[in-house]
Amino acid sequence: MSPVGGDAPVHVTLRGITRVYPAQAAQPPVHALGPIDLDLRQGEFFAVVGPSGCGKSTLLDVIAGLAVASAGDARFEGQAIDGSVPDGIGVVFQEDSSFPWLTVHDNIAFGLRELGRPADVVQAKVKYALDFMGLADFAQAYPAQLSGGMRQRVCIARTLVLEPRLILLDEPFGALDQQTRLLMGDELLRLWRETGATILLITHALDEATMLADRVGVMSARPGRFLEIVTTGWPRERDSTIVADPRFGGLTSRIWTLLRGESLRALGHTGVRR
Amino acid sequence: MKRVTLLRILVILGAIGLLEGLIHAGIVPRFTIIPPSEMASALAAILASGKLKVDIAVTLTNVAVAIVASMAAGVTIGTVLQRAAALRRILDPLFATYYAIPMYAFYPLLIVVFGLGDVPQICIGFLLAVMAVIINTLNGLDRVPRVLLKAARMHRMSALRTALRIRLPYAAPYIFTGFKLAVAYSFIGVIGAEFITSSRGIGYEISFAYNNFDNRLMYGLILFVLALVLTVNMSLHAWEKRLMMRRQR
Ligand SMILES: Nc1ncnc2c1ncn2[C@@H]1O[C@H](COP(=O)(O)OP(=O)(O)OP(=O)(O)O)[C@@H](O)[C@H]1O
Ligand SMILES: [Mg+2]
Repeated sequence: MSPVGGDAPVHVTLRGITRVYPAQAAQPPVHALGPIDLDLRQGEFFAVVGPSGCGKSTLLDVIAGLAVASAGDARFEGQAIDGSVPDGIGVVFQEDSSFPWLTVHDNIAFGLRELGRPADVVQAKVKYALDFMGLADFAQAYPAQLSGGMRQRVCIARTLVLEPRLILLDEPFGALDQQTRLLMGDELLRLWRETGATILLITHALDEATMLADRVGVMSARPGRFLEIVTTGWPRERDSTIVADPRFGGLTSRIWTLLRGESLRALGHTGVRR
Repeated sequence: MKRVTLLRILVILGAIGLLEGLIHAGIVPRFTIIPPSEMASALAAILASGKLKVDIAVTLTNVAVAIVASMAAGVTIGTVLQRAAALRRILDPLFATYYAIPMYAFYPLLIVVFGLGDVPQICIGFLLAVMAVIINTLNGLDRVPRVLLKAARMHRMSALRTALRIRLPYAAPYIFTGFKLAVAYSFIGVIGAEFITSSRGIGYEISFAYNNFDNRLMYGLILFVLALVLTVNMSLHAWEKRLMMRRQR
């Protein structure tokens, strides 16, 4: 399916994944997603873009084992994902999920302590993450004292210190300004290369998707399906300066052309002339 | 000191001064109420004599038992109920009308069951206090954002770990409000019950003094209860504010 890292083993397999939210009071069932077929290769950086409400977060929930697919088969490292989160998957959620009762330091240490890692190991990893995320001066602050973007960085750090083999990120840079967003993108690329993790990144910034990913999955309006999977063909060694690459604009506008009609449809416009 | 704190102290001192003045001027008769200064000296004398040591100790112990028991039971019951939606729906009307029940009406029954010792007083305090903890625990647990529970599942935490490490910590400020009420209700319940049928405790001594027209003893003890409850509640209030400060955006 993918020429990128085509030789690497398959890490995540999705076959016919569909999710329908059951009917609720005065609300008919919502067909949110699918059917989706996708293979993520080991160590691949995959980005998902799509109109608002098309089922991106739902897709992430299914892969993470946080939601059960209504139909289809989902596998991580060959094992069926069946409604609990498999070991080795880390998620950064779209909403702020920092723990308000813990300091930044203790937020980041949370997962490591939950796993019962020795205190000195926790200490070292948290310190590294604090520096990495530019949060060192706020280690003893509470999330309420941070900006939205800083809180999101706390959540990213809390997941990354666990060194997941598959990292699922749902608009993690949504609350960040453009400059910080580019720099965080660079950090993410560096981390991705160093750890060899597989990354699935949901984003609404098309240039971000083009810049970071090996492949960009472009989704249709709800129920979300992949309209096309665009291969960027970037080298593994890359950073945000790639936006100056002559092919960058072409790739981004290709994605936008695919998305434009869908985005209008998602907003309820019909009869769009293309 | 903050301006508002200063004003508050001035208002209280003013009220005390006014009462003192009214009594000394003979406008308020002495057999109704004694001047605040005499209440204070009476209280000092009571404490110095040590003759009510046992009563004070008994009341404080019983209040403490009621507080601790209602906190433990309230949080446990609240946590379990929050996870048992069906049971909660059945009990909901009871919760809504609970404080309409005059708990003291059960006092005779409690005495029949538990005898004339300390248990009936503790029971009244507990019964009044426990519902405040249950209701506030439920309120706090209901507010835990869904994404935090997703985060718990991502960390592969068991239901118990999630309750202890995510749900309850998130709900802590709300539960604390319940604790604050539990402290107040425990004092009310225990001391109130001592008034009715008891042979010792602060409530018993106040009613004894009342029946013997011993205004000095009565008002000295009333002042004691007032000062005690205010101090406890004000420190809890300050603590609660610190807890909330961390959360405020
Ligand atoms: N818990 C739910 N119950 C019912 N319907 C839901 C629920 N969560 C999501 N949906 C529906 O599923 C669809 C997809 O939602 P989802 O959150 O996956 O979209 P998204 O692509 O992540 O959107 P956004 O870009 O705005 O984050 C939406 O149309 C929404 O109405
Ligand atoms: Mg979403």
